[in-house]
Amino acid sequence: MVALRVDLTVPARGFDVGLALDVGRETVALVGPSGAGKTTVLRAIAGLVRPERGRVECDGETWFDSAGRVDLRPEERSVGLVFQDYALFPHLSVERNVAFGGRGRVGELLDRFGIRHLARARPRELSGGERQRVALARALAREPKAFLLDEPTASLDAHTRVVVRAELGELLRELGLPALLVTHDFEDAAALADRVGVLVDGELRQVASPADLVASPADGFVASLAGGTLVDGVARFARDGLTEVRLESGGTVYSTDEASGPVSVLVYPWEVSLGLVPADDSALNHLRGPVVSLAPVGNRVRVRVGELTAEVTAASAERLGLAVGLPVVASFKATATRLLPRSPLRTWPAERR
Amino acid sequence: MGVAALATAVAAAFLVLPLLALFLRVPPSSLFHAAGSSVFRDALVVSVKTSLIAHACVLAVGTPAAYVLARRRFPGRSAVLTLVELPLVLPPAVAGVALLAAFGRYQLLGGTLHALGITVGFTQAAVVLAVAFVESPFYVRGGVAAFEAVDDDLLAAARTLGAGPARVFFRVALPLAAGGLAAGSALALARGLGEFGATIIFAGSLQGVTQTLPLAVYAQFEANFDVALAIGTLFVLVGAVLLLLLKLAPAWSRSASISPFRPAASTSA
Repeated sequence: MVALRVDLTVPARGFDVGLALDVGRETVALVGPSGAGKTTVLRAIAGLVRPERGRVECDGETWFDSAGRVDLRPEERSVGLVFQDYALFPHLSVERNVAFGGRGRVGELLDRFGIRHLARARPRELSGGERQRVALARALAREPKAFLLDEPTASLDAHTRVVVRAELGELLRELGLPALLVTHDFEDAAALADRVGVLVDGELRQVASPADLVASPADGFVASLAGGTLVDGVARFARDGLTEVRLESGGTVYSTDEASGPVSVLVYPWEVSLGLVPADDSALNHLRGPVVSLAPVGNRVRVRVGELTAEVTAASAERLGLAVGLPVVASFKATATRLLPRSPLRTWPAERR
Repeated sequence: MGVAALATAVAAAFLVLPLLALFLRVPPSSLFHAAGSSVFRDALVVSVKTSLIAHACVLAVGTPAAYVLARRRFPGRSAVLTLVELPLVLPPAVAGVALLAAFGRYQLLGGTLHALGITVGFTQAAVVLAVAFVESPFYVRGGVAAFEAVDDDLLAAARTLGAGPARVFFRVALPLAAGGLAAGSALALARGLGEFGATIIFAGSLQGVTQTLPLAVYAQFEANFDVALAIGTLFVLVGAVLLLLLKLAPAWSRSASISPFRPAASTSA
């Protein structure tokens, strides 16, 4: 059942955002780089920004219709919008902030979010995670029919982000409301959303489950957003039904995908293994090169080898004695080597990654 | 450094010395005596009454006006902001003549008002108009800056939480702008209490009717210099209190807000 139906054209900075999306009782994430117009979309749904044209319907009620000249005011739309910086009222206590949305369930919400002990505190006394819980409680106090979240983890530190992401995921499942969240962080989207829409230059490139986005990205941009590494090359058919790709940076790899001509080779870091000598296993592709950089990510290490990125455990990195400049061999299977048509905009901006 | 320190000392001495002289010249006994004079008491009553009425009008009209000027973008907005500030740079005597030209018996609106049985010139109503005219720019200017400093997202959040425009104004915008509004209010009140030029031209200086404290100083400084000095010391004290409130007000407003203040662009122009 469709609970929130959005079909909008909204003017954003220098371009129009066009978006048609049906959200059932599920969580949909809009992912895109900063300035892609994601926040504008949420504000348009909430009635804070006037779309150029289109329709917004929620739970059978029309909130906006440029053809029928319907344009409900923000206070008339039953929507819970959680702002990126939470927009808590600094002059009101936590309890009064929550009560601003509706007095009926204040006590229940303070308990639900574990913030009853903060009821009399002012927002400035709270940590980032606490502020977010107050913002969520306040938005839900209105008993909204749709839930909108703007960059829910962007203003949190890395540690808090992991905790909050888990809490938020649980909340969204429990609510069963149509929820639309925007983020520039694919990990957020993958962890929280049933479906992810990739918004680039004001248009939706692809809408799919996080797993499907990783498995079959529509283009290189989506693939790099999902964490993949792209290397350009020229493909031609080889023996055994394989495709041989001569990389522009030198070296040859094989793929089980069929293609010919200029392509982008997509490999996910978690499918690349590293060794000091070529591994004697089923992996067909071996690229040699010195380690360019090492970046620890939790219990793993992201290792840049030439144009490729490999993700190995910290233990493996230590066992191999990985260090910048050390010559290594990156191995990956031909079945894990995907070929995509080259697209002009194919790399995800290096932002918070 | 030495020159700068000397300059600071000279400036401070120059500004403080006349005030100090005021207190040294008036022994407390004559201060009490002067305070008992009918001129002083009449002027005090006229000043307090007209200032309070004028100030109440300025707050009642100026607060929503400042909110609209700060939050709405409409064509001609900067022109309106400039016009509102114009009385700030006018000599008060010009303001008095202008008010007379607008509300005087045979002038722009005066005839209409007279037909309705209302005479403004040389009444207490004229004092109220003169005071409101010269003090309102101070309040509106401060008010616009105070409302502009309120984070847009807070007002947007209030609306998505179901608050209509009135509730957004009273529950969110007004409390968050309170510090800046109080500062503007204190400044405007001080300016209104001290108003002289526009009042003497537009309202005259009739003891007990239109003679405010500043006009009484002027009227008394030849007749009874002690009364003039006594009123002067009173002004210094009231001014000091208002200035103190002015210094405290921004501190209150800062502590009440965690939102980053936006620069008040329109008022710096």
